[in-house]
Amino acid sequence: METTGNFLFIIALLPFIGALIPGLMIRAGRNATAAFTAMPTAVALILLMTYAPAVLRGEVIQAEVAWLPQLGLSVSFFLDGLGLLFACMILGVGLLITLYARYYLSGEDPVGQFYTYLLLFQGAMLGIVISDNILLLLVFWELTSLSSFLLIGYWKHLPEGRQGARMALAVTGAGGLAMIGGMLILGNIAGSYNLTDILQAGDAIRASEWYMPALILILLGAFTKSAQFPFHFWLPHAMAAPTPVSAYLHSATMVKAGVFLMARMWPVLSGTDAWFYIVATTGLITMVMGALIALFKDDLKALLAFSTVSHLGLLTMLLGFGTQAAAVAAVFHIINHLTFKAALFMTAGIIDHETHTRDIKRLGGLRHLMPITFLIGTIAALSMAGIPLFNGFLSKEMMLEEASHTGWAGSQYAVPVLATIGALLSVAYSFRFIFHVFFGPVRDDYPAKPHDPPFGLWAAPALLVVLVVLIGVMPFIADTVVAAAASAVTGTDLDPHLKIWHGVTPALFMSVAAVAGGALLLMLHRPLDRVWRAAPRPEAKAIFDSLVAGCVSLTRRIIEATHNGAISRYLAIFTAASVLLGVAAFMGGGLVEPTRELLPIPPVIAVGWLMLVVATGCVVVMHHHRFRALVLIGIIGLSISSGFVYLSAPDLALTQISVETVTIMLLLLALHFLPKTTPRVSSTGVKLRDGVIAAAAGLGVGALSFAFMQRDISTISSYHLANSYEGGGGTNVVNVILVDFRGYDTFGEIIVLGIAGMLIYALMQALLDGPSAQRLRNTDYSQDRSKDRHPLMMVVATRVLMPIALLVGTFIFLRGHNQPGGGFVAGLVVAIALLMQYMASGFAWTQARKRIEYHTMIGFGVLIAGLTGVGSWVFGKPFLTSAFTYVHLPPIEEFELATAMLFDLGVFLTVLGAVMLMLYSLSRIARFAGETVNEEPMDYDPASRVDNGPEAR
Amino acid sequence: MELLVASAIGTMTAGGVYLMLRLRTFPVILGLALLSYAVNVFLFSSGRLSIDMSPILSKYSDTSYSDPLPQALVLTAIVISFGMTAVLVMISLGAYLEADNDEIDIEPEITDEDSAT
Repeated sequence: METTGNFLFIIALLPFIGALIPGLMIRAGRNATAAFTAMPTAVALILLMTYAPAVLRGEVIQAEVAWLPQLGLSVSFFLDGLGLLFACMILGVGLLITLYARYYLSGEDPVGQFYTYLLLFQGAMLGIVISDNILLLLVFWELTSLSSFLLIGYWKHLPEGRQGARMALAVTGAGGLAMIGGMLILGNIAGSYNLTDILQAGDAIRASEWYMPALILILLGAFTKSAQFPFHFWLPHAMAAPTPVSAYLHSATMVKAGVFLMARMWPVLSGTDAWFYIVATTGLITMVMGALIALFKDDLKALLAFSTVSHLGLLTMLLGFGTQAAAVAAVFHIINHLTFKAALFMTAGIIDHETHTRDIKRLGGLRHLMPITFLIGTIAALSMAGIPLFNGFLSKEMMLEEASHTGWAGSQYAVPVLATIGALLSVAYSFRFIFHVFFGPVRDDYPAKPHDPPFGLWAAPALLVVLVVLIGVMPFIADTVVAAAASAVTGTDLDPHLKIWHGVTPALFMSVAAVAGGALLLMLHRPLDRVWRAAPRPEAKAIFDSLVAGCVSLTRRIIEATHNGAISRYLAIFTAASVLLGVAAFMGGGLVEPTRELLPIPPVIAVGWLMLVVATGCVVVMHHHRFRALVLIGIIGLSISSGFVYLSAPDLALTQISVETVTIMLLLLALHFLPKTTPRVSSTGVKLRDGVIAAAAGLGVGALSFAFMQRDISTISSYHLANSYEGGGGTNVVNVILVDFRGYDTFGEIIVLGIAGMLIYALMQALLDGPSAQRLRNTDYSQDRSKDRHPLMMVVATRVLMPIALLVGTFIFLRGHNQPGGGFVAGLVVAIALLMQYMASGFAWTQARKRIEYHTMIGFGVLIAGLTGVGSWVFGKPFLTSAFTYVHLPPIEEFELATAMLFDLGVFLTVLGAVMLMLYSLSRIARFAGETVNEEPMDYDPASRVDNGPEAR
Repeated sequence: MELLVASAIGTMTAGGVYLMLRLRTFPVILGLALLSYAVNVFLFSSGRLSIDMSPILSKYSDTSYSDPLPQALVLTAIVISFGMTAVLVMISLGAYLEADNDEIDIEPEITDEDSAT
């Protein structure tokens, strides 16, 4: 029976959608926010429960939507026993944390943000455990690093919070990067990025020569996330987070992600010596070391943090053993650790909240003052110590049992002894938690008067310790869940029977020894503590900080050496590197024989070429005189235009010549406000260096194009030539390509042009609001001003030319489809005609006669072009398919109507608007430069002189 | 003919690069303008040169035509490079008006924070 998995998408999405709500709801109060945070979590949990029966029966629920199939990336989820267990833990504890945080966080904390981060994190975590595609899993993996960064650094006013968050992000992020590499290798070996396929390919993967790199990279990811030695140090520093975060991230979710991943990959990666020695050894070291440090921590949360490190080590070790029984023990301990550790974190939070301190040395005697907290904390701690009738005992027995018959490199004693020591230390710190906090005399110097918290704060941990006891007394209730999860981990059907009494086994002796030794150790705590404090030991944070500082200073040195702010240097390096790369590429290949005859050189063309080359040389030599250089640039542009005419590119010639005009106008306007000469600052050496680079680039490009032009290549142009008339309805192939074949490109290009226009307008606006307006007003430009700014001849000439230019523009536009012309050229021609009015009669006079804003024109242009494209959808054709017909009206000749012309109209309007907006923006600056505004069309109007006659004199 | 076009492209590239490496905004703008000419002609020349073969379809004869695709691409490139020049001009003008000099290189400043570390 196959159950449909469509709810999985909803389950995965719910937390992310829910994350949007708290920010909105926060105005409705904290209770409402908490309630609305709980809602998506609860709904997801309910949906998950609908799958639970099927999954516990052994079915696997799957759902898939292709995302980027070319990359092997799909949004696919699957739910098996392991996924179900983790998903339940994430959502269930998420609910409890939501409740707890409502009472824990103070009124000054931004609660909305907290819940948003919490849900983001929850969604990321949930994604990890139900992802079927490992690329998708990696995405969620990184998301947990990012969202936990936000959560750990939630109290951003605390430096420890910020540092802890950074450290966590650096360590887990680095591990995540390594894991990406490992996962990609894994996917390549298996030939699929889907976990379900990879899990089937275990043998092939273990046999592959890439197994070791993949294993190490993936384990790096898992170890950093699960705080295994030597990456354990970030976890205690992450305790700067609010306690609900610690309880959530560091008991149930984030740090378990690494364990989850090892469990998930267990069937594929485990079973080799490398796996055993890397994973089990790391786990063992982490377990003992974490427990040892935990014993000597005075901060309650630090104690719990290191105990978490220790327990994660335990889980890692169990998975490293690679046996099925160990896997069962690991799965069971995951559940047990969650229940008691989350409860303990919340207890620590309650104590902190009520007494305002977490320092064990300042606590003690709380059992009478906070009886409920005492009860909860004690049960949870006893479970952590592994005392019978609590769930921690059961899984610890299973762990010791497994350890008792595991040999390590020939030694039968290493693992059992070290595991017993780990258990012993664990008992010691658990007892310390109980005795040094709750027992002992009542003190009178607590920072605040301790009392039990409101129900809302202790409800969540109480529920968890109820579970601790229930599982501890009746372990069989966890049977089905553990069986389903362990079967999923091992890939075989397991049916473990969890029970309290296993008979008199080695594990029992080890357990007894651990409890007795732990109690002894606690009694000796005071002298041992003094020794510990006196003993030297490496401080992980200092090492990490110096490592980071080293990286930062190295980066700074590199940046200072390469990015010194001199853009001319970057350009020089860039050009030189391009030339060298080009030469290198050329050396790698060779040239085929030329296939084309060289065309003859007529004398006129040679003269044009000479003009161009000489003008270019002159620009370079005389660029210090900016105005002269500008004139020379004009010569070059015109030479190129004539070249286009000769070389069968009439459209290009038209465009080049009109763009040339506008460019020169633009540069002239700008030059008005810029210095008129360029100072000679470069030394001869620099000039020589630049000259060499420039000559090399010129030679390279010239040689390349010469070689290029002598050889034929196959092109797609024959298609355009063949279909231009029949498909596009025009004989000017260039125009048909622009408005039809590659209309989409053109559409993008006019948008870019429009944006450029807007950008210039915006820049100008920002400029004139700033200090430069002041500067402009104070600069005296009057000496370069003509006496007759709006000469009569020019005014009259431009007025006469205006209608003619408009007529030419219209003509060029209309014939564009079949003859050289089109929207681009027409737009430029009309723009020039309008600009001439600005030049002749001044800004104010022309501006007063402008009816349409240029922005509007750009907008309409883009809109018309876009709508023309969309219009073809109405007829079920792809975007920008053109349609055309021939119309015959009696008085005039037959003419063509094409939708392409409508598109061209959009091009026309955008080009016109953009060009006008650019030059208009520049000329507006003049008004700020203290120029007088002249509303009259010309300075000396002969008409007024005649009218007024003698009076004017 | 090909030699003329190629040498023109080379000359304009060399001139453009040289001006681009100057230290004031205005020569840099001129240099980039020269470079855009060179690039446009280069792109155009990739369609191979031909004389009297405008890509305007003729009803009456079955002649060959020059490659229209590079021409179409260069046409928009010309217009876009105008837009780019205009933006550059505006930025350099703004920089000049704000800072009262038109140098393009920023001297690395030693701030207090840097010297402290």
